[in-house]
Amino acid sequence: MTASDEGLKAAGAGRRETPEEHRSSLLRRSRKWLPGLLLVSPSIAAIGLFVYGLLFWNTRVALSGKHDEVSEYGFDKGRNFVDLWSQPSWPGAVKHALLFTAVFVVGALALGAFLAFLMDKGIRAEAGFRVVYLFPMAVSFIASGVVWRWLMNPAPPQRAVGFNQLFDKLHLGFLSNSWWQHPDWGMAAMALPAIWQMSGYVMALYLAGFRSVPEELREAARVDGASEWKVYRYVVFPQLRPVTLSALIILGHISLKVFDLIMAIAGKQIITYVPAIATYVEIFDRHDPANGATIATYMLVAVAVLVIPYLVWSVRSERTR
Amino acid sequence: MTRVEAPPAAPAWRRLAGGLRGRGGGGAGTSAPGRSSRAVQAVKLAVLLAFVLLFLIPVYVLIVTSFKPLAEADPSSAWSLPSNWSTSGWSTAWDALKPGLENSVKIAVTGSVISAVLGSMNGYVLSKWRFPGADVVFTLFLFGMFIPYQAVMIPLAGLLTDMELAGTIRGLVLAHVVYGIPICTLIFRNYYVTIPDELIEASRVDGAGMLRTYWSVVLPVSAPAFAVTLIWQFTSMWNDFLFAVFLGAPDSWPVTVMLNNTAGSGAVAVQYNQQMAEALLASLPTLLVYLLLGRFFMRGLMAGALKG
Amino acid sequence: MRVRAFRRRWTVFAAVAMTGALALSGCGGDDGGGSNDDKSEVEVFSWWTGPGEADGLKAMQADFEKKNPGTKFVNAAIAGGSGTQAKAVLASRLQNRKPPDSFQGHAGAELLDYIKAGQIEPLDDFYQENNLKSVYPQQLLDQITYQGHIYSVPVNIHRSNVLWYNPGILEDAGIDGPPKSIPEFITALKAVKSKTKKVPLSLGAQWTADHLLENVLLGSLGTDGYNALWKPGADWSTPAVTKALNDFGEIMKYTTLEAASTDWQGAAKAVVDGKAAFNIMGDWAYGYFIGDAPNGLGKKLDTDFKFAPAPGTEGTYMWLSDSFTLPKGAPHRAGATAWLKEVSSKEGQDLFNPKKGSIPARKDADKSLYTGYLQTAFEEWNNPQTKLAGSFWHGVNANNKWHTDIDTAIGLFLQNRDVAKLQQGLVTAAKNSGQ
Repeated sequence: MTASDEGLKAAGAGRRETPEEHRSSLLRRSRKWLPGLLLVSPSIAAIGLFVYGLLFWNTRVALSGKHDEVSEYGFDKGRNFVDLWSQPSWPGAVKHALLFTAVFVVGALALGAFLAFLMDKGIRAEAGFRVVYLFPMAVSFIASGVVWRWLMNPAPPQRAVGFNQLFDKLHLGFLSNSWWQHPDWGMAAMALPAIWQMSGYVMALYLAGFRSVPEELREAARVDGASEWKVYRYVVFPQLRPVTLSALIILGHISLKVFDLIMAIAGKQIITYVPAIATYVEIFDRHDPANGATIATYMLVAVAVLVIPYLVWSVRSERTR
Repeated sequence: MTRVEAPPAAPAWRRLAGGLRGRGGGGAGTSAPGRSSRAVQAVKLAVLLAFVLLFLIPVYVLIVTSFKPLAEADPSSAWSLPSNWSTSGWSTAWDALKPGLENSVKIAVTGSVISAVLGSMNGYVLSKWRFPGADVVFTLFLFGMFIPYQAVMIPLAGLLTDMELAGTIRGLVLAHVVYGIPICTLIFRNYYVTIPDELIEASRVDGAGMLRTYWSVVLPVSAPAFAVTLIWQFTSMWNDFLFAVFLGAPDSWPVTVMLNNTAGSGAVAVQYNQQMAEALLASLPTLLVYLLLGRFFMRGLMAGALKG
Repeated sequence: MRVRAFRRRWTVFAAVAMTGALALSGCGGDDGGGSNDDKSEVEVFSWWTGPGEADGLKAMQADFEKKNPGTKFVNAAIAGGSGTQAKAVLASRLQNRKPPDSFQGHAGAELLDYIKAGQIEPLDDFYQENNLKSVYPQQLLDQITYQGHIYSVPVNIHRSNVLWYNPGILEDAGIDGPPKSIPEFITALKAVKSKTKKVPLSLGAQWTADHLLENVLLGSLGTDGYNALWKPGADWSTPAVTKALNDFGEIMKYTTLEAASTDWQGAAKAVVDGKAAFNIMGDWAYGYFIGDAPNGLGKKLDTDFKFAPAPGTEGTYMWLSDSFTLPKGAPHRAGATAWLKEVSSKEGQDLFNPKKGSIPARKDADKSLYTGYLQTAFEEWNNPQTKLAGSFWHGVNANNKWHTDIDTAIGLFLQNRDVAKLQQGLVTAAKNSGQ
């Protein structure tokens, strides 16, 4: 509850105002908040135009019959949204995105939480560990993709490179696999570099979460005779739900939009086709803006379904506090 | 960091952002009571070390390959150390990437400064000088953080063309700044919420207006939030590929696009030592920022818990 | 004037965005072009960054700079197999109306989208002024003419249907010489697989499978059958196509597992390095094989590798041609015209082609400059007996939509290996092409 809110409440409560009083109090109140609105208005305008205006415009293109660069926009009654599903590459793109999301989100959450759990009670050289786990965050997929392309090369033993070669040398040949070029499960391998990049971040979130659990709570449980595991199970973990939720949202929305990583490692091949790549191909290779916009709209819907309830809940629960 | 900012029911991002003002970011690891036994410690340490090795594998391959002479740099010998150390890969990489590095510096430095200023003003108003509907505005801002940029790319390219900004550095900076408003606003708002309302009220009672209060009360304590925002925005602008590839042109391409053009999949018979050196070169600025200013970076991550 | 136009649209747009009003007109295009005689610079967009081609471009650039001392040459080349990456970047630049002064495009249907979208200018006057109609072969001129206008200036001719092979491996496998038909090819692949530990047929990323497809189609259907596939209303559901695709499916069984993470160079290199027996790739591989390090591999024809027409395609030249265009609104139009003049000149083509590993598009080039493989190519191209077929993957026959849809069908085939589905995909792609 902020000062200005209190002001508003106070002004609104109590006895009925006369019209004059009402006008003057309105003026007084607006004098209070108007400068603030003015200061934010450039940003409001920018977000209004660049986010909501352009999203609207994009939907407009998606609803049009503009399947090449020359024809007029027209209006196509949403046919593109239906037709897309009969396009040969689209179902695969959706399947790939879902598989990638599942492996990436679960993998990064599990690894991040595990690392944080190991570090929770303080460990020697903790700062050093944190630096190593987190540094992939600072590197772009375009750069790290260069080396991941080598590492995840599926060549068989006689020509093996990358991980397969390493497995061979370590007599772990049974681990050799075709990585992202596996026709069914390739996208699971594609999630590995993403896990590499984001699990440190998840670790940092959880570590902060672990440490915000008051020591007194843990101590109280110990006094009650709880084992260290039970302290975690019944005291610490339940407190981490909000952290898990925000990590889930963050990873989920990154994952539904994955583009750079795949572009850097596999390019535009069907075997790793995902919606973000499909948009690019439709716009630039097929010269079909309407289809590109349709796919982008589907991506938007997927993200919105994930994020809007969370945002509304977050802001509301903060306000009602 | 054992400070508890809010009851557990509070949303995570709000709670985590409280850490901004704390000393150690993600927890400085002061030895907590109830430390586990020595054996358990050793096992934990071993597991953590194993993961360190795993995490560093890509870096190892990048570094050793970048220092190999051309003839030796090949995927089939990725794991061996160079038999002759050579910097030829690095010098050709430098020549190839120099224009892109310059563009990236221009984009990321200007963009992050403008972002921080805007974010600070917005965060101030949305936390301390609220107007009716401020929550709605804030929520609408936040959603802008999550949208897939593909969903604005077609009209954005058209709009920038109409503004005669397509393919220019200014156009890229504009796009980054605008789409950075949500995260920057969030970081500053969450930081300013922790400034006691009484301070603002006192300043008001003294007759100071909104801007005066901002200048004399809020701005002087804003340094940490500025650091976080600058680092965060610098990193994401530096690493951006999507905007650059859709909206850039050869003379405005940042380093990521340049790197992908010479090293991307489908590229020509690349000189692998150069390719790996390029990848390292393109990552060095953000890595340096991260290593040198890592504490701030950590806080940025916490504050940006809503964003990827 | 442009500023006003922008301001108006901006205001309208801001209003629309803020109020959420529903009436919204698309972004109409005002072409800022027209004539300008800025010759201070020329920005040339191509995908010539690879071994050989980059040197060829440099040689042509040097000649251009000598002839046009006041013009700064800006090389805006983008790497990426056969231009796949570059074309996307180009499309974005054209859509954003930031065209280069001249860009490379494959002569033929690939340019159709640009022509229809009004993104490139007709060059009839340029051809007239420089007397070019008489120096190019008629067949080539026909391919780059659309509704009576010529839109690009060809610089070279490449051949798509070349089989590269490693003589040593063939010997080990007991194969007498290069296979002359698709069935012979399959037998040879089998022999390599059973008798050596080498890769029978090396393959790269998805587009190299498209390239293989056009060669198998040509080899199996014959020249006329292949050419008929690209005529309006062509039937891709015939038993002959089924048979060709079955052959393609069979041949694909002998390719490399790691294809998707290799580009054409890696695949071609496997042959000269003695790791693979065969590779089917355009004749640009030749320059890569024989060129010096660091760009080339420094290998020797006949000892390290040999070549033959792709199986079943002897006597046919599956051609493609790189050409340059004049985009509407090119910022330095006079510079661009000067560049096109260089590209169309005998000297320019004779400087470029020996390095690039292609033959000149002009008929009057200096034959003595073309040796080794190029001599064969030169003779075959200029032999009136040779039949011609256009390479679909390299832009001659199919517009961008069709091209992408075939690529998708192939990509799906690489995953599911289902020939019937592949044929269905190809039938649909032909129907939807709108060509």
